[in-house]
Amino acid sequence: MSYSDILLKYKDLPFEKIFHELSPQEVERSIASGTQEPERLLALLSPTAEGFLESMAQKAHALTLQHFGRTIQLYTPMYLSNFCENECAYCGFNARNKMPRRTLTLEEVEKEAAFIASTGIEHLLILTGDSRTKSSPAYIKECLSVLKKYFSSISAEIYALSEEEYADLVRSGIDGLTLYQETYDEAVYERVHRSGPKKDFIFRLDAPERAARSGMRNVNVGVLLGLSDWRKEVFLMGLHAQYLQDHFGDVETGASLPRLRPHAGDFKEMTEVSNANIAQIIVALRLFLPRLGIALSTRESAGLREDLLPLGITRMSAGSTTRVGGHTIASPEEENAPQFEIADPRDVDAMKAMLVAKGYQPVLKDWMQI
Amino acid sequence: MILTLNGKQESIDKPLSLDALVAAKGLCPDKIVVEHNFSIISKEDWHKITLKDQDMIEIVSFVGGG
Amino acid sequence: MEDLLHIGGRSIKSRLLIGTGKFSSYPLMRKALEAAQSDIVTVALRRVDAGAKTDNILEYIPKSCILMANTSGARNADEAVRIARLAKASGAGNWIKIEVVQDNKYLLPDNLETLKAVEILAQEGFIVLPYMSPDLSMAKRMADAGAAAVMPLGSPIGSNRGMKTRELVEILVREIKVPVIVDAGLGSPSDACECMEMGCAAVLVNTAIAIVRDPVAMARAFREAVSAGRTAYLAGLASSGSEASASSPLTGFLRNETR
Repeated sequence: MSYSDILLKYKDLPFEKIFHELSPQEVERSIASGTQEPERLLALLSPTAEGFLESMAQKAHALTLQHFGRTIQLYTPMYLSNFCENECAYCGFNARNKMPRRTLTLEEVEKEAAFIASTGIEHLLILTGDSRTKSSPAYIKECLSVLKKYFSSISAEIYALSEEEYADLVRSGIDGLTLYQETYDEAVYERVHRSGPKKDFIFRLDAPERAARSGMRNVNVGVLLGLSDWRKEVFLMGLHAQYLQDHFGDVETGASLPRLRPHAGDFKEMTEVSNANIAQIIVALRLFLPRLGIALSTRESAGLREDLLPLGITRMSAGSTTRVGGHTIASPEEENAPQFEIADPRDVDAMKAMLVAKGYQPVLKDWMQI
Repeated sequence: MILTLNGKQESIDKPLSLDALVAAKGLCPDKIVVEHNFSIISKEDWHKITLKDQDMIEIVSFVGGG
Repeated sequence: MEDLLHIGGRSIKSRLLIGTGKFSSYPLMRKALEAAQSDIVTVALRRVDAGAKTDNILEYIPKSCILMANTSGARNADEAVRIARLAKASGAGNWIKIEVVQDNKYLLPDNLETLKAVEILAQEGFIVLPYMSPDLSMAKRMADAGAAAVMPLGSPIGSNRGMKTRELVEILVREIKVPVIVDAGLGSPSDACECMEMGCAAVLVNTAIAIVRDPVAMARAFREAVSAGRTAYLAGLASSGSEASASSPLTGFLRNETR
């Protein structure tokens, strides 16, 4: 049974009614218990639970220390290409956006890699737009042959692939996949993904489990917060992560909580997700899935990232740019639009110093392929 | 000719069918299951089997067990 | 809504399974089965002793019970499969408790051979309940292979030592999607109650009822303990752990939040 089958069971729950009827006692019980019943996650994400945020945070912090220690893994994104055949209403790489497009040559990939590696980073995240012609699996494999020399772990955030294609990338040196469903609400999905290969909701939904089966060591899911009701979205994402943990005991499962940022697009119907909401999401996920990896990207400001850190974060990006070649290849900003604006421009050294000051060990490398 | 019945060797002097063996042993047919050379033989077919030298017969029934 | 145990396509009322070994007589066993109000009863298959005149045990088991033959005596998967087929041919139905033991000292099950037998018998349409050592990977594999439930041991068969495997069984209860039934080693009603409070789907008891001074009263005691434990589990046990005490607030930053 795929997660798409499970989603059918839960997507039409009467969320409003359940939240409305939820008592504070039920929330307290959900905080205290350690079960993984879906109802518990709902209770933790409910408006009622907002009144218990501090006690949830204390428990989430203790669980995070218990399972991960005082460590934060650092990684850096590298954009390989911004060609894209999708029209995603919220994204700067939207095919309709008039902007210069480029795909890094292998020489440029090497230049970027050498620079990022010189900052001490060992865990790389490579990204592309959705274009099987401009950034094909074969091209990504060529890039990997260069990147392998510089990094001990390479994850990919790319368009959804088949299980065979994932297995092929694993053989070429990829060990992790990040793939955001963006939204688990099929109607919203249909609306914001106006055209392009990404329109296939189910193919994307079941991609993380294909990746898990293909031999990836890490698989990360995510929702784009702001597209629709975040409580429902995070609930369905949490069940997705739980599904992956339950079915693939040898894969580390993670989740990301990207909040919509200003971008060169025209998506204007953003729903609000406050800082308190983000905090509640992190602690609810931590209480529900104690060993879930949780990443916090530079979409959030330096100050907020530091405040959220102890609530359950396990991975953070550093030295980020969301431009193709943004690390080493100078180009006037207007000629190379970013995927989104970043809010925390600190480099690797600054992030390391911050973590040490807060009593955390920055982890640059926690495994290598042998 | 020699048979192995429930792990023990027995000799019989003339050809015998399975149902005759069960009767000769004084067993109640409704309580038992008979296996002939590792094949389970249903009650209705007992008379069709004529025992040969070196045949293996297991006869089992239910007892208490947890 | 009635709280029923769903196994092998059946909905079962009683969460106490009874084994029929070691009773001093069949009539006494029947009284104990009646007192326990069990719906599933295990029996074993043995070579007949042509000389001995014995009663048919099946006549002493209430007709409403599901009969579950065990494969005790099997030392490997092939023998377990052979016994299961014999049991089915004898009209005992297709419920089978797989029990493969190579170790006569502790009577601990051989999980690997048990898994092989599960694979074969589930394919053949048996309702398969494997008796096993509580190992997560094995339990998952058995469930994937079609086991209708998994039956981890609480402690060695007949030892009456209770839930020595508690922490491992708790993991199975959390992770395994088919019912987890604790089989073997439960010595007292409180042991059975503990299993049910933990969230086990049912327990299987034999020795602790069969060999005591008054098996009928003990069967009733087990029935009540299983029922109490189940009710407590459904009611949601209060957490006994100490709550995290706030050292310094972690969400203070939100108070000054300007949206």
